[in-house]
Amino acid sequence: MTKLSTALALSAACLPGAALATDAPDPSDWQAVLDAAEGQTVYWHAWGGSTATNDFIAWTGDRVEERFGVTVEHVKLADTADSVTRVLSEKQAGEDADGAVDLIWLNGPNFAQMKEADLLWGPFAEQLPNWQYVDTEDKTVRTDFTVPTEGFEAPWAMAQVVFMYDTDDMDGALGSAEEILDWSAANPGRFTYPQPPDFLGTTFLKQVLIDITDDNEVLSQPVSEADYDAIVDPLWAYLDELTPTLWRDGRAYPATGPAQLQLMADDEIDLAISFSPGEASTAIADNRLPPAVRTFVLDDGTLGNASFVAIPYNSGSKAGAMALANYLMSPEAQVHAQDPDVLGYGTVLDMDKLSDEDRAAFEALDLGVATLSPDELGEVQPEPHPSWMTRISEEWTARYGTGQ
Amino acid sequence: MATRAHRMSGRVAPSGPSAHAAPPLLAAMPALTLIAMLGPVAAGLAGTLLPALGYLPAAGLTDWSTDAFAALWAWPGLGAATRLSLTTGLFATAGALGIVTLILAGWSGTRSFRLLERLLSPLLSVPHAATAFGLAFLISPSGWLARLTSPWATGWDRPPDLLIVQDPWGLAMTAGLVAKEMPFLLLMALAALGQADAARRMRVARSLGYGRVTGWLKTVFPAVYAQIRLPVYVVLAYSMSVVDVAMILGPSTPPPLSVQIVIWMGDPELQRRLVAAAGALLQLGLVVGALAAWRLGEMAVGRLGCLWAMNGGRGRRDAGLRYAGFAFGTLAALAVLASLACLGLWSVAGFWGYPAPLPDTLDLQSWTRHLPGIAAAGGTTALIALAATLAALVLVTGCLEAEHRSGRAITPRGMFLIYLPLLVPQTAFLPGLQTLLLTLGADTGLLPVIAAHLVFVLPYVFLSLGDPWRAWDGRNATVAAALGTSPAGVLFRIRLPMLLRPILTSAAVAIAVSVGQYLPTLLVGGGRVSTLTTEAVALASGGDRRAIGVWGVAQTAAVFLPFALALALPALIWRHRRGLHG
Repeated sequence: MTKLSTALALSAACLPGAALATDAPDPSDWQAVLDAAEGQTVYWHAWGGSTATNDFIAWTGDRVEERFGVTVEHVKLADTADSVTRVLSEKQAGEDADGAVDLIWLNGPNFAQMKEADLLWGPFAEQLPNWQYVDTEDKTVRTDFTVPTEGFEAPWAMAQVVFMYDTDDMDGALGSAEEILDWSAANPGRFTYPQPPDFLGTTFLKQVLIDITDDNEVLSQPVSEADYDAIVDPLWAYLDELTPTLWRDGRAYPATGPAQLQLMADDEIDLAISFSPGEASTAIADNRLPPAVRTFVLDDGTLGNASFVAIPYNSGSKAGAMALANYLMSPEAQVHAQDPDVLGYGTVLDMDKLSDEDRAAFEALDLGVATLSPDELGEVQPEPHPSWMTRISEEWTARYGTGQ
Repeated sequence: MATRAHRMSGRVAPSGPSAHAAPPLLAAMPALTLIAMLGPVAAGLAGTLLPALGYLPAAGLTDWSTDAFAALWAWPGLGAATRLSLTTGLFATAGALGIVTLILAGWSGTRSFRLLERLLSPLLSVPHAATAFGLAFLISPSGWLARLTSPWATGWDRPPDLLIVQDPWGLAMTAGLVAKEMPFLLLMALAALGQADAARRMRVARSLGYGRVTGWLKTVFPAVYAQIRLPVYVVLAYSMSVVDVAMILGPSTPPPLSVQIVIWMGDPELQRRLVAAAGALLQLGLVVGALAAWRLGEMAVGRLGCLWAMNGGRGRRDAGLRYAGFAFGTLAALAVLASLACLGLWSVAGFWGYPAPLPDTLDLQSWTRHLPGIAAAGGTTALIALAATLAALVLVTGCLEAEHRSGRAITPRGMFLIYLPLLVPQTAFLPGLQTLLLTLGADTGLLPVIAAHLVFVLPYVFLSLGDPWRAWDGRNATVAAALGTSPAGVLFRIRLPMLLRPILTSAAVAIAVSVGQYLPTLLVGGGRVSTLTTEAVALASGGDRRAIGVWGVAQTAAVFLPFALALALPALIWRHRRGLHG
């Protein structure tokens, strides 16, 4: 099995390699990449739903333009899948040389889909100069929802599940999924989660599943029909109990994470899930959350994953895209992203690999009132295989999302 | 009613100087227009049909099958989603039409009516998504109305857990659509009113002792409805397949069919595209079915209306209806205006928690943050909208003039073709359109986006301009021809100036349609063309009310200006020609 997957990985690495020689410089010859990048325009397709993220992307674009002469155009998406569709349609139409998308912010199922459909170019990520600083030991930067990245996407931010709660209405942190259920039963209508298949809503389901399952190893394998029911049944039993205690009796859900945040600001709910430890602090600073909000993690740890950027196979500005991907991994960009006044995103870098000066910049950051320290964040649990996400959100919809 | 209208226009049309043959360019206009509208739609339909039957080569799927339909039938929410699409569409259309009718019947020609008109017309310019956002904030349990009355009047220290927005019956969504579609129908009806000879009809009816509402319904309504039935169909098709309003105000467990199609389209699993395509075909069938049902309803109402008119009842005590119409109209106007006020307030709000009636602090931070983006996107938006509108006006007036000169009224099949871009749900035929442009290698830059907008702008211009154009009194042309004026002279010196008001109204509608396009701009522009709407919708997905407020206000302004001009210019230019004010 291992041999087979290695062989597959090798052949996957070799095939696009042929294309690599013809239309873009080899990332290991970095000067050649920068020479080719100068003057290119990179259309970066990234979710545009957050003012903070948009500002960060604009800031990055200014730096990259200044340093490398690469123009960055942020294509603001309502849904990352729009870009996947775009690349797919281009392939269908034979537009193989200069597609509309040069770089995509993605992870999880979108990456798995694009990789499987040969829509990505690479490998490039691990040849980028700033890869040397990346924490490849303790951070899940070489697998994306258990799918090996094999250099087809470059990490730029770490995310971990935290729960935000309103200290005006709640006494203290909750340590497990069971405690969340008990609290919600005692405070009906004060908790909800974004409606699956929204990724954050699905994340809540996965988080509960991991927390109430003893054997997490099985979740890292693709779903097998044989034991699916046995593993997932406790989750449905949990949700059957939880749903009637939710906001609006579970008859309506917020559509997205930010919509859920808004409910908290409106004092409609007191407890909400987030996939960014710094989000609460950033939102408080932005007036999008009341100042009394704090965060907690579960006793057994919470889910974590990385955000990546990938280059479509038909990008006409691959050198520029690589220059941008590399800059995103630079200590300068990473420390800016971790600033709670900017984004509050976790860094992908390893502090031990940085120069003293860069490390000091990270240490000087005030992470914000509602952000837990790296120690307090506790253990990071790995993402289950993407097939679990798909199956569970599908079944959730059948059980709770169709008025049954 | 319909038959009568066709017969009437059939009588009027040939009375022009049809002896002159149309110049070749003019004769080619109908063909050009149809190509501009139908090429993309045909490609789009193929792009829907093929995946529904299992054929999507880019995803490696080339086996023909009906699995997608099987998966669609197996979806447990299908019944409820289908019901929601039908009920929200039909109720919203009937509601909007009913209120517009009562307002016109009870108040046209009065001072209150001009007040209501002035109140309602600007509402057309508020984009659907922005209205929906404002409305959701206005009426939700933690919304503005609750904040203004809590806790002193309601006792709500915390927002009550009430399912008002996103209710499973789609009532909030229907209400939002009624409030938004009513101004559109009212404006269309106003444009038609000038051609319906309403003043004289009413004078006769009143002198025979008919009540105001009853007299209007019996004598003027048939003539007005005959002219606005096409816009009514558009409202029905639109309300059934709307996505943005449904996402904000509609239920989500399950959502209406159109929203579910978008969710399937956006699923990373490419197999779901097939189910989405099958769902899109079902949606198309639903829209066609609902239109047919509406047509049957028209016939039944027409039959009953004849009996009602024949019985001679004067309906002197119909004042209640009159005030009901005014109340509903005012309520809708106030709801939309208050929604807009919510947007404006949020755009300058600091922290604003429940139950504070106003934000704790006000600042311009959101505006300074977004203004550079708004300026850039606004320029692109204006360029696209003006180009598409101009092209549409040239094509449509060309078509109508060619129709007029040849003396051949447009066939029912021709009308169906004009409808097609509005009847096929956008989500269904746009990916196909995108593939077509890619194949032609014309997928970047502004021109393809303008061409794509033209597909949606053309039908609206046709629908809003066609009836006033055909209802123009052909005797004007006969007189001019008798005095030696050429057909071109009649067109440019008599017909176009006389029709200035409907033309400007059509242009304003066209601009509004263009400004509001999200999916065509995103898909055809490859994401490289940013307009106010693509930016606003992307931000709206994040739910940041301050950003939504800023962009919603900017988007509204972009549509408001053309409508203000469409109302002001004719009154200014024809200030000495009272009969041309419409």
